[in-house]
Amino acid sequence: MNKTVTGRLLRFTKPYALFITLAFVCAFISVSCSLLVPVFIGDAVDLVIGQGQVQFAALPKILLLLGCAITGYAVFQWLMSYFTNVITYRTVKDLRMQVFQKLSQVPLRYIDGMPHGDIISRVASDIDQISEGLLQGATQLFTGIITILGTIFFMVRANVYVALVVILLTPLSLFVASFIAKNSYKHFRSQMDTQGILSGYIEEMVGNQKLVKSFGFEEESIRGFEEINQTLYTHGQKAQFFSSLSNPCTRFVNAVVYAGVGIVGALSAIGGHLTVGQISMFLSYANQYTKPFNEITAIISQLQSAFASAQRVFSVLDEPSEIPDAPDALQKESCGGQVALDNVSFSYSPDRPLIENLQLLVKPGNRIALVGPTGCGKTTLINLLMRFYDINSGAICVDGTDIRAITRNSLRGCYGMVLQESWLFSGTIRENITYGKPDATEEEMIAAAKAAHAHSFIRRLSQGYDTLVTDAGANLSQGQRQLLCIARVMLMNPAMLILDEATSNIDTRTEILVQKAFSKMMQGRTSFVVAHRLSTIREADVILVMKDGHIIEQGTHDTLLSQNGFYKELYESQFAKTEEN
Amino acid sequence: MRKLVQFLKGYKKQVFFGPLFKLAEAVLELIVPLVMVRIIDIGIANQDKLYVLRMGGLLLLIAVVSLSCALVCQYFASIASQGVGTDIRNSLFQKINCFSHRELDKFGTPSLITRLTGDVNQLQLAVAMLIRLVIRAPFLAIGSVVMAMLIDLKLSIVFMVVMPLIAFVLYLIMSRSIPFFKTIQRKLDRISLIVRENLEGARVIRAFSKQQHEAARFSKASDELTQTAVGVGRLSALLNPLTYSIMNFAIIVIIWCGGLQVNVGTLTQGEIIAFINYMTQVLLALVVVANLVVTFTKASASASRVNEIFETEVSVVDAAAAPVLVSQNPNVPLLEFKHVSFSYHDNEEYALQDVSLQIYAGETIGIIGGTGSGKSTLVQLIPRFYDVSKGELLLHGVPLQDYPLFQLRAMIGMAPQKAAVVSGTIATNLRWGDQSASDDALWDALRTAQAAEFVQSKPGGLQAEIHQGGQNLSGGQKQRLTIARALVGKPDILILDDSSSALDYATDAALRQAIRRDIQSATIFLVSQRVSSIRHADKIIVLDDGCVAGVGRHDDLLHTCEVYREICLSQLSAQEVDCHE
Repeated sequence: MNKTVTGRLLRFTKPYALFITLAFVCAFISVSCSLLVPVFIGDAVDLVIGQGQVQFAALPKILLLLGCAITGYAVFQWLMSYFTNVITYRTVKDLRMQVFQKLSQVPLRYIDGMPHGDIISRVASDIDQISEGLLQGATQLFTGIITILGTIFFMVRANVYVALVVILLTPLSLFVASFIAKNSYKHFRSQMDTQGILSGYIEEMVGNQKLVKSFGFEEESIRGFEEINQTLYTHGQKAQFFSSLSNPCTRFVNAVVYAGVGIVGALSAIGGHLTVGQISMFLSYANQYTKPFNEITAIISQLQSAFASAQRVFSVLDEPSEIPDAPDALQKESCGGQVALDNVSFSYSPDRPLIENLQLLVKPGNRIALVGPTGCGKTTLINLLMRFYDINSGAICVDGTDIRAITRNSLRGCYGMVLQESWLFSGTIRENITYGKPDATEEEMIAAAKAAHAHSFIRRLSQGYDTLVTDAGANLSQGQRQLLCIARVMLMNPAMLILDEATSNIDTRTEILVQKAFSKMMQGRTSFVVAHRLSTIREADVILVMKDGHIIEQGTHDTLLSQNGFYKELYESQFAKTEEN
Repeated sequence: MRKLVQFLKGYKKQVFFGPLFKLAEAVLELIVPLVMVRIIDIGIANQDKLYVLRMGGLLLLIAVVSLSCALVCQYFASIASQGVGTDIRNSLFQKINCFSHRELDKFGTPSLITRLTGDVNQLQLAVAMLIRLVIRAPFLAIGSVVMAMLIDLKLSIVFMVVMPLIAFVLYLIMSRSIPFFKTIQRKLDRISLIVRENLEGARVIRAFSKQQHEAARFSKASDELTQTAVGVGRLSALLNPLTYSIMNFAIIVIIWCGGLQVNVGTLTQGEIIAFINYMTQVLLALVVVANLVVTFTKASASASRVNEIFETEVSVVDAAAAPVLVSQNPNVPLLEFKHVSFSYHDNEEYALQDVSLQIYAGETIGIIGGTGSGKSTLVQLIPRFYDVSKGELLLHGVPLQDYPLFQLRAMIGMAPQKAAVVSGTIATNLRWGDQSASDDALWDALRTAQAAEFVQSKPGGLQAEIHQGGQNLSGGQKQRLTIARALVGKPDILILDDSSSALDYATDAALRQAIRRDIQSATIFLVSQRVSSIRHADKIIVLDDGCVAGVGRHDDLLHTCEVYREICLSQLSAQEVDCHE
């Protein structure tokens, strides 16, 4: 499995093959230079033996070589980091772009079904994880391996016995490291888990602090907090202690290696098999040699989490896209406004049928009100009309053409849609209104805003049409946001409308404006309204009463009332004053 | 800051002995190169194998003692830092529980949460570093220089030059690259934002066929991130090569100048190796110091954010010592607002202005008005979530301030606007109002709140699990639970703050009916945007822009209050409004 993930990731780095090659070449050169530095230092020290024995003739040459090695290391090390950086971030960018593109192609079913936070974290943090773990990890691993091999080579060349001391003692640090890692991992897990519980508790109790106060629940809430906090202390202390062992333990192993090199090296030197300079070389090699070993555990866990992230990202890319428009699909230029649903069936999941055998003919200019209890399928119908979801059987036709034979874009262009959840993006008000028609003139835009009764409040904003809409429009009231959405649709002048009335929570005065704007917009247009307001329902040409996915009654307000059916029941419970009168 | 230092007091032993042991380790570490000098200059020079072994043994002994010292220090550090963190969290949480709504509004939940989690963790880390590194790292840096001076004063000038140089480079690069990390985070947030907008607005984007436009927007944000990241990468990649070069060029200087001295006999070969060793140590120590500076800068920002909470004065003071003996005099209004004005932020415009009202026990009070008219504010003054800015609020003729908060709030049951439940079972949530309530009492409350049916249908009934934030409940279910919770405590005053907005009209009507039937004695406040919810109240208070626009019954207000009439017209058809006239 990892093989395929690696393969796919490598494909993303393909455009940067040149950079990758360069990065590896640079890594090789810089590591080689860094290995030569101790050799040259050792050689130089050997020229400085004692009083009157310093060989000044040979010294400059060695020091010059040393200088070159240092410079070589520095330059190529920098280049290597630069190249890996470029590869990393460009690959990440490509990957992000692909995932984003994918998100605009997947069926809405996928977006509706996945927690948005989950998808966002895949696009943001998982991809970061991949870049850090895989790409940086890969270069670290590469330089680490060269360093280990190179050191072994130079050490063995200088003296086999001393080399053996280093080579045999160093794995000790690997052993110690894995012992520490195992122990601290266990405690880290419990610490993380408890931290998660505590954060959840904080989020609830601080987030609902007003509630806590209104029920006088403070003491209980504090007691609960202290309990979790104490557990966190127990785990946190252990986790911190064990993880903080790694530095002293590494230093200890290094010190042991240092002592070993000192003893064996000095004894060899006494036997004439080693020079003092070579001892100094060994001492610094001992350091260089242990470093990659100490890093290996970290790199491996980084690689593992990067693989996990990569799989999560690829699983998004592997989602099937929407069925593309047929090559001969009709590009609908104008729309008559006639809609026919013929024997339509649809369900979100096969085991729970929702809409079954729905029959409906809407004449141009008709106003259709969709009424019914929550979850009866009103919004589902919108999903089908706009072809956000494809129906399971039957056919939906616009002006007599099956909508599957029309390009999605031109079909959707026939409708203007205002949903209850008014969606604005972070940009200026102007950008939001002209979203569907970026080339609209200032006059057109203002006319649309006026028609939507939005102009007057926009003008009162300090920046007017250039006011920035912050995150999800938090600086505007819900009603104002809805007016902007209406203006956006007004500007498009669509042939048909889909409106989703807000249930409540809009302040009364804006509410009046929204209603005015709605009814102005509906003049002469085929409209589908998910209706909550009696006035809207009364003025509809056809009321569709939905229950459990079926249209159980159909007709005008008066005919439906006289039928004494579900509509009457609904009407009386919702709008009439049954309880008191 | 002094407040925070107090928290260290409980860990005097650890804070004192921890660094002391670490110091011992550092001293030993500085001695190691000196021992090596002796091995080379005495052991090898005199061909004394026994001496080499003895000194080698000494090195091993030093290694073991160092390790023990370090372990003791790490242990102390883990106890002190986690302990301090735990203590700070506990007192922060307690402090937050003392906050009134005004302070909660000021900080906001997200900010309080990050202070309580992220900031405290940062402080915890700082305490650990304080014990583990603050003494050690500078000591090693300075100690190395001192040792070098002890060996040879003249040659140690190299250290005097190199140390500031390395420090300068560290400062230069880090001070320039660290601010970029914030920029990177901001740009990453922007990417998340665009993804979120695209997920939430998927329908609108597809309806307008703007997928390509969104892709371009994402691509631009992504490009910006890449550019910054590559730029900062280029800069911070300089750190290692530069410091490495400075250090190694210093070694060249040491060998050359040292060579001159060795030649005249004022220095030995072993001492040159010791010099090289100390030079390496200086670099390592300085890098640690630089990282310490970063840690402590972050920690001091966190400290001031944490401190801000500790130093916040609580605006609602619970001064009353003894409960007030309530006398039930039917002639004294239960609640009396006397010229009450209130503003959320001092010196800003009033959210409520000059409100005078008399409310008698057993009345049902409807409060209506647009968003921002002050409805919620009015009812939040009753449990003293905020203190009034001007005027007076009397309960049973006694000023609110004279009641202890627990007594006052126990008399009031409140279902807030934002339906919130916490993780646990349905029963634990309901018992917030009264820990000792029997299951029967809970069922009674559920029945009145129209929630019994859905609770029964849940597996486990009252014991059914509720996930964090009530994610496994629908909005309407949550609202009904919050109403039931308010009922459980059998309050004298019941406040329903727009708490049925997510219910359909039928359920809302049934709920109002049940409340009137089951709760005879309590005074009920109904806050709503819907006329239908409050039209049958004994007294309707119409709020407009913080002022009382009218008080009376529905029929009277229709004639006398223009604001009320306007609201009615927007929600009921003209016919419905008129048929009451």
